[in-house]
Amino acid sequence: MAGPDPKAPALREYFPAIPALQPGAMAGAKSYVANDKIQESLGFPGQLAESWQDTHDAVIAKMGDLLGKQRAFKVYMDACVHCGACTDKCHYFIGTNDPKNMPVARQDLMRSVYRRYFTLPGKLFPKLVGARDLTSEVLDEWYTYYNQCSECRRCSVFCPYGIDTAEITMAGREMLDSVGYGQKYSNEIIAKVHKIGNNLGLPGPALTNTLEGLEEDVKEDTGIDVRYPLDVQGAEVLFVTPSADFFAEPHIESLIGYGKVFHAAGISWTLSTKASEAGNFGMFIGNYDQLRKIALRVREAALELGVKRIVVGECGHAWRVAYSFWNTLTGIGAGADDPFAIQLQSQLDHRYKQPMHICELTWDLIGQGAISFDKEANDHRIITFHDSCNVARGSRMGDSPGGQFEIPRNIIRAVANHYVEMAPGTTHEQTFCCGGGGGLLTDDLLDLRIKGALPRMETLQQVVDSHGVNFMATICAICKAQFTKVVPYYGFKMSMIGGVHQLVSTAIRLGDK
Amino acid sequence: MSLVFAALFYLASAVLVIGVARKIVDYWRTPAPLLIPTTPAPTTQGGVVLRMFRELAFFESLFKANLWIWALGWLFHVSLALVVLRHLRYFTEPVWDWVAFIQPFGMYAGFAMAAGLAGLWARRFLVERIRYISTFSDHLMLALLLGIAASGLMMKFVAHTDIVAVKTFFLGLMLFDIQPLPGDGPLYAHLSLVALLMLAFPFSKLLHAPGVFFSPSRNQADNPRERRHLSAWAAKLEAK
Ligand code: SF4
Ligand code: SF4
Repeated sequence: MAGPDPKAPALREYFPAIPALQPGAMAGAKSYVANDKIQESLGFPGQLAESWQDTHDAVIAKMGDLLGKQRAFKVYMDACVHCGACTDKCHYFIGTNDPKNMPVARQDLMRSVYRRYFTLPGKLFPKLVGARDLTSEVLDEWYTYYNQCSECRRCSVFCPYGIDTAEITMAGREMLDSVGYGQKYSNEIIAKVHKIGNNLGLPGPALTNTLEGLEEDVKEDTGIDVRYPLDVQGAEVLFVTPSADFFAEPHIESLIGYGKVFHAAGISWTLSTKASEAGNFGMFIGNYDQLRKIALRVREAALELGVKRIVVGECGHAWRVAYSFWNTLTGIGAGADDPFAIQLQSQLDHRYKQPMHICELTWDLIGQGAISFDKEANDHRIITFHDSCNVARGSRMGDSPGGQFEIPRNIIRAVANHYVEMAPGTTHEQTFCCGGGGGLLTDDLLDLRIKGALPRMETLQQVVDSHGVNFMATICAICKAQFTKVVPYYGFKMSMIGGVHQLVSTAIRLGDK
Repeated sequence: MSLVFAALFYLASAVLVIGVARKIVDYWRTPAPLLIPTTPAPTTQGGVVLRMFRELAFFESLFKANLWIWALGWLFHVSLALVVLRHLRYFTEPVWDWVAFIQPFGMYAGFAMAAGLAGLWARRFLVERIRYISTFSDHLMLALLLGIAASGLMMKFVAHTDIVAVKTFFLGLMLFDIQPLPGDGPLYAHLSLVALLMLAFPFSKLLHAPGVFFSPSRNQADNPRERRHLSAWAAKLEAK
């Protein structure tokens, strides 16, 4: 797997030393631009306008529009004091040394233009306050560096005003899309969701085949008929999971695990062709309409199938969207008083959290003694856990803050005997992004992805050396795909990467139903 | 000269109050369509108030980020707060007891404030990353604050100003009755710089002060599953 080119950076000797700046180091890493077909299928202009002036005016108008609609964007444009606290917090900066990958510098690419067009000093004395005109070079720079941010929010943890660069990146991508300058990878995927139902473009029949094959495999493996049902009317649980779970390795191992949990607990469940994708790249491009449209598929599927509960599989940004945004976007949740949301909420069973994360479900079942394990089955594994950014910093599990850290760890400890924590300051809410989130999981950014993984690879190396760790569990489809791709560049085996429910799958007792 | 300064302070106060009020109204009116607290976040409004308090009083996030910036920034802000409170004695007659009480601390806080500022400024030269992000206005702002601190300390410890007369001037100013201002250099410098700071406030990064209260990643409760959060413009989409 490990090719000679591109190369992983060397692990830092005096970890965690702060790198010296290398201006322009990543100026050339430009993700592929979406073609007009993709752009237009999402309702964006196909390409940049003929005249620069038109593009210029449209961008500024869009910026004004967003400033009026998004409090976060507006406040964050004003509030930064250039204190520098965030400068060394971004994994892309740490891995690339490019100063424009420092969160505040990434924001300033936008802020400089904001100041020029929307503030008095910027209009009067641009030089003084670091304001600049919007030129086509500036727009290119936005494209380059807003597609080098994984929207992981690590910087927002440390900023004294909570300035979240992810919000600025989203606004930047939204402005770019609105003038016909979108990113190929993300927009192509969104187009696929609308056309086929999931990010990978798996049509219904392929899904049926895959799931039947899976049932046979599990039968062969365990001797037990575990079901992986699709589009079952009246099932209790609608299960929504990232489409990578249907066929990618190691994702599918977790899918097997989810099915075993439902089987062992005797819960009737179903997947849905319509909602065969938990992921929602609408968030990545910062477009509310897309975010909402993609989320509405889940609402429709839930109404059609008449389910009582909605449970979400292992996927980081999908869980953020589900947990934090679904209630707003689609009414999946509780506590609404408007007809739109009540229609769905009256159907759901509110003894359970809506929506619920599969880890919450599994952990509840463990607590009730409804499922049990042969922990020894995981004895060949020495496990560590990588917190995924969107779960860690954009969502919650369970009843109290921080449940998103405890519950997955509790599950791992319940199903396996050897668990090791990575270095403090790089886990929980301070976790490092895998390097491939936020719409950057594309081969045209492979160099960036490898470099962005550096801080996580360093801490992984530490526990490999000190404890012989041979398995890094995560609950995110993007983390799994990114890590299996980049760990070989750092000398690790791909098979080290897997899901929490892969561990559950290994150890769960299925009984002889 | 008294008239010039009187006019300057009326203008500066008006710009400060109106400018900041307009910004606050603007922030207030701008909807936050999605719940985006940086988690783990408090699940209740009470918890949010506590989180905010920790941010404001102790700079909690900054503490996690970088001890140097935290120490210097906190030293500066706490000293500034003490110094500002101490100055209430120029605007109240009789002086409130607690203002009289903090007077001695406030005096030395002037030095601490200058030290904090000097440290923060040094970082802008010495640390490569911070040098890279610093703009000319970042330096100017520090120069302005340091100038205010230095001229203030001058009057206290080097060339004493007739503070009784200064107080008469400001008490008069508040009643629109202009009294003579003592004519001395450090005082003029001090007051001009303060007025400049007030004028710059609504247009500069000093907006971080009101801004912090409106930061959605800090001021939202983490309760999206329990309550439906919907902004007005987003609700319109459902009517379609
Ligand atoms: S959100 Fe993450 S990737 Fe983006 S600037 Fe902040 S730390 Fe870097
Ligand atoms: S930590 Fe916040 S205020 Fe400080 S430089 Fe970064 S974004 Fe600006």
